[in-house]
Amino acid sequence: MNASEELYQEVILDHSRHPRRYGCPLEHTHCAAGKNPLCGDEYQVYLTIDEEGIVRDASFEGAGCAISKASASLMMEQLIGKHEEEIRELFEAFHAMVTDPDAQKKADSLGKLAAFSGIWKYPSRVKCAILCWHAVRNALDGHAVATTEA
Amino acid sequence: MTAPCAILPDVRPQFPCLDQTVHGKRLTYLDSAATALKPTCVIDAVSEHYARESANIHRGVHALSEQATASFENARESVRTHLNAAHAHEIIFTSGTTASINLVAHSFGQLEIGPGDEILISEMEHHSNIVPWQLLRERCGAVLRVAPMNDSGDIDRDAFRAALNDRTRLVAITALSNALGTVNPVAELIKEAHTAGASVLLDAAQALPLQPMDVQALDCDFLAFSGHKLFGPTGIGVLYGKQTLLDAMPPFLGGGDMIVSVTFDQTTYNDLPYKFEAGTPHIAGAIGLGRALTFIRELGYPAIQAHETALLHDALAALQAIDGVHLIGTPAQRRGIISFLVDQIHPHDLGTILDQEGIAIRAGHHCAQPVMAHYKLAATARASFSIYNNQEDIDHLVAGIRRAQEIFK
Ligand SMILES: Cc1ncc(COP(=O)(O)O)c(C=O)c1O
Repeated sequence: MNASEELYQEVILDHSRHPRRYGCPLEHTHCAAGKNPLCGDEYQVYLTIDEEGIVRDASFEGAGCAISKASASLMMEQLIGKHEEEIRELFEAFHAMVTDPDAQKKADSLGKLAAFSGIWKYPSRVKCAILCWHAVRNALDGHAVATTEA
Repeated sequence: MTAPCAILPDVRPQFPCLDQTVHGKRLTYLDSAATALKPTCVIDAVSEHYARESANIHRGVHALSEQATASFENARESVRTHLNAAHAHEIIFTSGTTASINLVAHSFGQLEIGPGDEILISEMEHHSNIVPWQLLRERCGAVLRVAPMNDSGDIDRDAFRAALNDRTRLVAITALSNALGTVNPVAELIKEAHTAGASVLLDAAQALPLQPMDVQALDCDFLAFSGHKLFGPTGIGVLYGKQTLLDAMPPFLGGGDMIVSVTFDQTTYNDLPYKFEAGTPHIAGAIGLGRALTFIRELGYPAIQAHETALLHDALAALQAIDGVHLIGTPAQRRGIISFLVDQIHPHDLGTILDQEGIAIRAGHHCAQPVMAHYKLAATARASFSIYNNQEDIDHLVAGIRRAQEIFK
């Protein structure tokens, strides 16, 4: 497997072509935008969180590269049923995996998200992988916009 | 200098940067519109300055300073020759195109532009020829007008003429679009602007590497360009301005070198060009830029253009022959630059896959978001061609795109 094939694994291509949990729901409790002004990627993420802090619904929509879209799609699948605090922990774990080569060992615990474990080798693309994650964290924090240039 | 059948020699050996592999592959550099590679003669000129005559200019009485001053002023003369400016003091060294345009926005803006006065730009400008005018608009209440382009990527000439009026003080326009490769008919645009009583600033950042710009023949009032796009160093550029305008304009930055005498009550400004060159300039950069322009003149524009025209022709044909590749913009006259899209592959993903094949292209909005907005796109892939590119580069690009299509199929 050469580098391009390692980056564009089947699971990433699949989720970029057929993003899961894609679209704007009728109702949500939290939402935020994720923007990367450098490449023009622009997404919205929507969460419905109940009184206990558990995510009942999660979806996203928008346009961008395969990496950003697949990352958002794979993330959305993992959010359902998780507590806000667990999502923050997941953010930290994913962030560590995509930026720090030494954090690779932890990739196994991230399930399908491990598809992004090699992306730290492409510094210009890390922002794509993390874009909607920032948006979700901002939605939890009550901020409307996440940008990669903040 | 107009050789009847000019042929460019193989200049690749003169560009040491080409002599390397990237990700284990031959480097295919198709991003010269972002910055051009540097020939050995320029690298040597810069390092010789640092190695043998590193000294400040215009203020030393010692030998090294005099030598450095002479080299710096020789560089200015090389720029003057290149642009066919009437006087060397009409050549002001800046840090680049962006700084040159900002200088005009501040100084010419202060001199000539007030509330209700108009600045006319085009839809295909680089952000550096948009934002300084928006800032000026905020400072002085001027009006910023935009001449639209049509879908081919050419300026709408009727709309341009219609936008000119007796309040137009300045037309600021690019000679060559960095996003589409459009060559603008600047000689005609300048005539129309002058007829309306407006001055003209040409953004020659992309044009000057590929075509001669004779400021007297064009009769442009200002011209801005960057060294790094024409084989020179980064951090150095030029503002050409007509003497009468530069003389009338107030200084932009204040500091050393731009004064004759300073007391706390009053400061007398220095003559041109020093009035606009406050502080220690990028001396080595200017020397490198002077050498880069000499390098271009030695090759000659006819040979450069013959090479580039043939290459662009082949590249356009090769790209159009690939299923799923779409060219963005079909300007009447194009040079050096091709923007394109590949079905189902975001430009950024294409850029990453090509990079793994050793191919450097640009992916994004190319600092020309209004152009992207015109085509309702967020980004394009852009390949740009220079004197060191050859058929092999085109073959690699085509193979790289096919490889990306395979991965994404
Ligand atoms: C048409 C055009 N104008 C201006 C600029 C800005 O040049 P610099 O960044 O060197 O100031 C560029 C560079 O990309 C350009 O292509």
